[in-house]
Amino acid sequence: MSETHKPRPAGRFARAWDSDIAYSFRTSPVAVVAAVVSVFIILAAIFAPLIAPYDPFNPASLNLMDGFTPPMEPNAFTGNVYWLGTDNQGRDVFSTILYGARISLFVGFAAVLFAMVLGISLGLIAGYRGGWVDSLLMRVADVQLTFPSILLALLIFGVARGFIPPAYREVMAIWVLIVAIGLSDWVQYARVVRGATMVEKNKEYVQAARVIGAHPVKILLRHILPNVMGPVLVIATIGLALAIIAEATLSFLGVGVPPTQPSLGTLIRIGQQYLFSGEWWILLFPSITLLALALAVNLLGDWLRDALNPRLR
Amino acid sequence: MLAFILRRVLQSVIVMLTVALVAFALFRFVGDPIASMVGQEATLAERMELREALGLNDPFIVQFFTFLSRAVVGDFGISYRLQQPVMELILSRLPATLELALVSGIAAFVFGVGFGVYTALRRGGWASSSIMTVSLIGVSLPTFLIGVLLIWVFAVELQWLPSFGRGDVVDLGGWWRTGFLTESGRMSMILPAITLGLYQMTLIMRLVRAEMLEVLRADYIKFARARGLSNRAVNFGHALKNTLVPVITITGLQLGSIIAFSIITETVFQWPGVGALFINSVRFVDVPVMAAYLMLIALVFVVINLIVDLLYYLVDPRLRLDRSAAGH
Repeated sequence: MSETHKPRPAGRFARAWDSDIAYSFRTSPVAVVAAVVSVFIILAAIFAPLIAPYDPFNPASLNLMDGFTPPMEPNAFTGNVYWLGTDNQGRDVFSTILYGARISLFVGFAAVLFAMVLGISLGLIAGYRGGWVDSLLMRVADVQLTFPSILLALLIFGVARGFIPPAYREVMAIWVLIVAIGLSDWVQYARVVRGATMVEKNKEYVQAARVIGAHPVKILLRHILPNVMGPVLVIATIGLALAIIAEATLSFLGVGVPPTQPSLGTLIRIGQQYLFSGEWWILLFPSITLLALALAVNLLGDWLRDALNPRLR
Repeated sequence: MLAFILRRVLQSVIVMLTVALVAFALFRFVGDPIASMVGQEATLAERMELREALGLNDPFIVQFFTFLSRAVVGDFGISYRLQQPVMELILSRLPATLELALVSGIAAFVFGVGFGVYTALRRGGWASSSIMTVSLIGVSLPTFLIGVLLIWVFAVELQWLPSFGRGDVVDLGGWWRTGFLTESGRMSMILPAITLGLYQMTLIMRLVRAEMLEVLRADYIKFARARGLSNRAVNFGHALKNTLVPVITITGLQLGSIIAFSIITETVFQWPGVGALFINSVRFVDVPVMAAYLMLIALVFVVINLIVDLLYYLVDPRLRLDRSAAGH
């Protein structure tokens, strides 16, 4: 609306700042806070080796005497002070959270990426081709939607783990986990992309591309895909929160990532064991991190959904 | 009508067959069944003989059908880890899961409808807004974290309730052991039931609230008030009654989810149910138990969905028109 009164600002960044979506972002305090929290945790996880005061995976730096140090209090034997205390093995809780968030986020992003690629490809094919391919895929999707996705991830993980030879189980666990969570969540993408593709494929620009003789794959990827990406981004953001929670749940149950690579869920599992002896900090801080991360990403997804919904503008 | 039912039943059968195929593949390709049955000193000839006797040399299809016909009568063999027949194991742990699911399902429904009606009638009051806020937290917290936090507050800090197990159980003859009849059994059930039911409760509550707000604006409610009916009669006799159809459907569909999420709750509270059995079987790659659980949970979901679909079809005539118009 303002374009008629105001000249369009020059420069890519200035134009992005002036766009509708940026305006909606700037004026939504919830979205800004959620984005700041998410980016903060993601950056902290990426730069964990630089930020973490200790390397929790280096046995040489661990001192069992430092175990169970409460937060901000000097240890009774060594006098060392840790911000968030230490766990049973004397590992700095703050450092393990940074590394744990790293693994949780890696699994989350990888699972979403896997689900996205799978869902988008199947959705594009189903929507563009139609026919029996479409009916079969949508039937499978219908059936899959009747199962809760955490249950599915758990079942797929259990079955897949069975097929892997025992020697590789630990090494492969993280990849199996990614595939299991991804497989439990592809349906959302496939359904949305299929619906959008069915609308787009009859539009003139697609017909024009077809008339020129463009290859169907090129039409799908270059012309249709960019136009169906909006809703996919919303699902992917909310899906990231769900994937992080799914990973944490499976790891908490002791069937997720191996103990040598503790994620936030594993840390909460360890913390629960020491609750009765009064070492609350081993449980509390990883739980808060997980909650903050999941909640922030979720709120960001909610905002994105509203911002991209033309009916709500 | 008949075609619709047949199609839905056929679809359910296909789903069950697919799950059975996965379960069978687990049996067939995970490890060598012979190696787990005979000792180290068995000769090759003895092994071959056993292979033949067990039918492991038969074609894949024949083996699959043998597996199916056994699965139908509940024969899944013997657990690798516990050395007991799988069906016996599952049956002995089923009562624990079902009792927990029943209590949390009923609690979720009662409190969900109660809070839903309350927040719809007293919109804007401080009690309503705090209920809504708590429900928002209930939705965003992962199930296992709710359980852990409840243990922390009520078992560790306040020491009011036990944090694990079923307490004392009473044998009801046969395989059903119940926790309802003892004090410690009932106390042990509270925390797991809240953990399992909280998410369903918030779901039902939000649904009832939304439906109530909608119905309360309807003309027949205004008319009922104009007739001078008491608030109580209007709110409960007219408004609530009309919101309950979708609520009951959703609750029915959620039954499957309650059973599914009992895996998580049972592990948190070391509740000796089927879900905990499954998690342990995944950890130790106990194939027979995994396969049996897979089939059981698939059966529960398929049956619930089939019933709900058929009921919907009977209750809602619009669905019949839509389906034939869409031409699927």
